[in-house]
Parts: sequence; C-alpha cells; structure tokens
Amino acid sequence: MLHKLTVAELSKGLKNKEFSSVELTKHFLNRINQSDLNAFITVTDDLALNQAKAADAKIANGSAGILTGIPYAHKDIFCTTGVKTSAGSKILDPFISPYDATVSHKLNSADTVMLGKANMDELAMGSSNEKSYYGPVKNPWDKNKVPGGSSGGSAAAVAGRLSPFATGTDTGGSIRQPASLCGITGIKPTYGRVSRYGMIAYASSLDQAGPLTQTAEDAALVMNVMAGFDDKDSTSVDRAVPDYTKNLENSIEGLKIGLPKEFFSEGLDSGVAETVMAAVKEFESMGASVQEMSLPNSAHAIPTYYIVAPCECSSNLSRLDGVRYGYRCEDPKDLEDLYLRSRSEGFGPEVKRRIMIGAYALSAGYYDAYYLKAQKVRHLISEDFKKAFQDVDVIMGPVSPTTAFDLGSFTDSVSMYLADIYTLSLNLAGLPGMSIPAGFSNNMPVGLQLIGNYWSEELLLNAAHQFQGQTDWHAQMPEGV
Amino acid sequence: MSLSEQQVKEIAHLARLSADDGELEQTTAELNNILGLMADLAKIDTEGVSPMAHPLNMSQRLREDEVSEIDQSEAFQAIAPQTGQSHFLVPTVIE
Repeated sequence: MLHKLTVAELSKGLKNKEFSSVELTKHFLNRINQSDLNAFITVTDDLALNQAKAADAKIANGSAGILTGIPYAHKDIFCTTGVKTSAGSKILDPFISPYDATVSHKLNSADTVMLGKANMDELAMGSSNEKSYYGPVKNPWDKNKVPGGSSGGSAAAVAGRLSPFATGTDTGGSIRQPASLCGITGIKPTYGRVSRYGMIAYASSLDQAGPLTQTAEDAALVMNVMAGFDDKDSTSVDRAVPDYTKNLENSIEGLKIGLPKEFFSEGLDSGVAETVMAAVKEFESMGASVQEMSLPNSAHAIPTYYIVAPCECSSNLSRLDGVRYGYRCEDPKDLEDLYLRSRSEGFGPEVKRRIMIGAYALSAGYYDAYYLKAQKVRHLISEDFKKAFQDVDVIMGPVSPTTAFDLGSFTDSVSMYLADIYTLSLNLAGLPGMSIPAGFSNNMPVGLQLIGNYWSEELLLNAAHQFQGQTDWHAQMPEGV
Repeated sequence: MSLSEQQVKEIAHLARLSADDGELEQTTAELNNILGLMADLAKIDTEGVSPMAHPLNMSQRLREDEVSEIDQSEAFQAIAPQTGQSHFLVPTVIE
C-alpha cells in the first residue's frame, strides 16, 4: 500500500512514525527490482538505504523537512557524484560524474532518498523513450505502448508506483508529454526557474527541469526544493521563490481560460479532444470562464524548434569527443580518427541526425536561411503568447495529439516530430506549462495542458490542485499496481 | 533545397561523424526528409522581426574576478579515457 501514497501523505506518515524511511525505501527498491518496465538505468540500492538511514535519524531528532526520507527517481541527465550519469547514451555510459548537479545537491540537502537514475531517450532527444541506449521503457498502462519521452523512465516510474516522484527535464515537451501519456502530473517551470548546472545540456536556451508526481500538491512540494537562483548557471534568474503550496487552496472563480483554436484543429485524435474538452468544462463548473483565442504562429513551432534545438545540440555535443570523459573508441590511429569513431560509435542514429541538421543549419551559406530565420519566427511565436496573456490567465489544450502509441510504431523521425506540435511553442517562448491527468481515451490516459505566463507556476499549480480536488483522474492507477 | 550525398559527407565531417558509403544514401534521405519540414519557414514573413536567441532577453551577469573554484584536476582526470603527467592524452598530433 505504501507505494500508492502521495508525497504529501508519505511525508505525514514518516513524521508520525507510521513507517520509517528505510522501510519505505526497501519497499520501493523491491518494487523496482520486480518491475519489467525498464524505467531505471541504474538502481542505487546501497546509496538509497544509507540516505534512508540518515533521514530516519533526522526524523527521530526532530530536524526533518517536508521531503526528508521521501524516495525519488532521478532522471539520468542530472549529474550525481559517484553514480553513473549516462543521459541514456553509450557515449556517456562510462561517465561517473565527479560533481553534483544543483538539482541533485538541492534534493540531497532536502534529505530525499535517490532510488536510482531513470531511463530516458538518448541525450533527451525523443518523444517515446525508444531512443535510449538502455532499451525502451514500457508504459505501465499497456506494456506494448511507449511511456513518451524523453523523461519516459521518470513518468513510468511514477505511474507504475515505483517511485513517489521523479525529476525530469523538458526541452520541447519531455516532462509534459510523458506525464500525459502515463497519466501523471508534470510541470515544466519558466526558463531560468530551476538551475541547469550539472544537467546534461541538449538545447541550452530551451532546457528546463521540473518534477513528475501523482498530484499538483506533490509537484508544489518538490518545486519548493528544486527552484531557485544558482550562480553556477549563467541563465538562472535571481528572483524570489514563492512557497508553491501556499496558494493551492485558492478559489479559481473568475479564472480566464483561453483555448487556442490551433490546438483543436486537424490531427487531434477525437477521443483526446473530447477528454480535454470535458476537463475544460469541469474548470467552467468551478467558476472559470472560457474563451476561444488564437496563437496564429503555433504551427511554425515544429520547423522552428527542429532548427533551433539541433543547432544548439550540435554545438553543445561537440564536447563529447572521447578526450576528457565518456566513451573512447578502441585504438584510434590519429586524433581525427579518435573524434570520428568515438562519436560515431557513441551516439545513436537520432542524435547523429540532429547534430548533422544543426551543423548544416549553422554552416556558412545556410545560417541566414535556417538558424537566423528560425530565431525570427521564434520571436513571432513568443509574441503570440504575449498578446494572448493580455486577455487570459491560463491557456489550456491537449498535450499530445494522441494517447500513448505502440512501441515501434514510428519508423521515421519526422512523423514523431509532428506529434510534438502542442508542446514545443512554450519552450521556444520560455513559458511554464503543466500536464495533468484529464481522463482516458481507449483505456489510455489523456493529459490536459495548462500554459501560464512567465513565473506563473503558482497559478498553474493552484488551478491543477483545484481540478484534482474535483476529479480523481490523478488517483487512477494501472491494473496490478 | 535538398542535400546531395556529397554535401552530407561534408556535414558529417564538420560534425566529426562518419558517413560510411553503406549508410550514406539512407542518411541523405533521412536528412532531406527532415529538411522538408523546414521548407515552410521560408514562406513566413519576418520582415522587421528581430531574432530571438533566448527566452528571457537577459544579459550575462557579471561578478567580481575572484577565485571561486578549487583545483579538482585529479578528480576530473580520474574519469578520462587516458591521462599522463596531468594531461589528457590523445594520439600523437605533432611528431
């Protein structure tokens, strides 16, 4: 039963000594070891038990915080001292980080218990978790289906109740889409809210970390720990962090919700559309008003993102060259051969494609037509949101055009890119977004996306929490859990 | 705009990735398929629109020029594929 409890419930149970962190940790490790979801790349049994013991000591002496002793799954993109940080790639398979990411450090300082490192699409590039060097993750609701990606292991771990919460990162939807496909809650904060230090960079102007949880309340509790200024991240924003739990109980009476017509047009599965609209109706019944609106440039988010992100990644990933850390090929005959073979053997096909697209789009003669053009369109996309938030408080819509698809069903990159249509634009703008469980279509979970203005995480969490007070979609669990 | 196999070879070289003849045809087709997605960008009117490199339109923070890191070269070199005499080793570049 312990695995079915939320972080908030577990925190109370620990404080009331109903169970210890060691018991809790053993329970989850046991569940992970019996699971066939492939949600973890590394399980850190010994470390977890040591952290649990330390947490129990703090609980005993009365110095425990809210998250003390709570286990979690850490996406394998966050550096963790002494523990392999592969980012789902062969090229980082040998990489044992000599330092902690700021997010890892903050979670350690909050006395949480790391169960292990969660599986993910290689270097966060993918929407299905099929691109991991360590094999695909299965969706706990149907093991023939994908959990989404790139934070697929994190989402599957929470949905399969292998972990009370998980960390994720979102460059173009990698928290929201797997949360949607696995029927859990996920929030991608405003760019600059959570430190990117020690988070293996994919596209630095888009990447942002956030939690995956059962409930909005849990997301608020974890955000309280993850968020905050960090002078080790040059793009971190020095801005006070509110207590994200403080306004959860506020009424949403009068909340102005915008429904972008572009999010409900061709390509959206009718079952997903119905489920999303039913959730919006629920908000209406709680006193929110709903208006149709337009984000005219949102369709351009796909080509824009798939230029900007590959350009940044081709530059970022040049550091993985077989010289200072990570994989190096056998017997390189010269330096050129060392670079070429280490990278060609170390990266998977999707990563290579994106590096090459980026290298091309940045190269002399093509820069203006691709990269510069994409940056201008990015501005237009961002302006759409700026205008929209003059009239509405929260934008709602689907997260993904369909529910989770079958493993192996996408054979080419482009058709998978197209499925990112509803999530990419807010990364380009840097805005916060959430996915919350909204119901089911064909027995698979459907997520509702909430998009807010800059720094409006409190409002998003408040709206999500109020919705979860009226519905029980977030409390549904896959069979056999 | 579509890429030739020769261009793909050049891009692969820029990116320090191999472009084996056996895979070249397929890689070229895949990259052209992706670039096909981008064709619509050219049609968008961006006259007078400034490029947006970053979501927060921020400038780089400055700080006092003081030592903030301790020497951890041993820890960093311990995870390298090959080191010697405090250096990262690669195949000989200059005879």
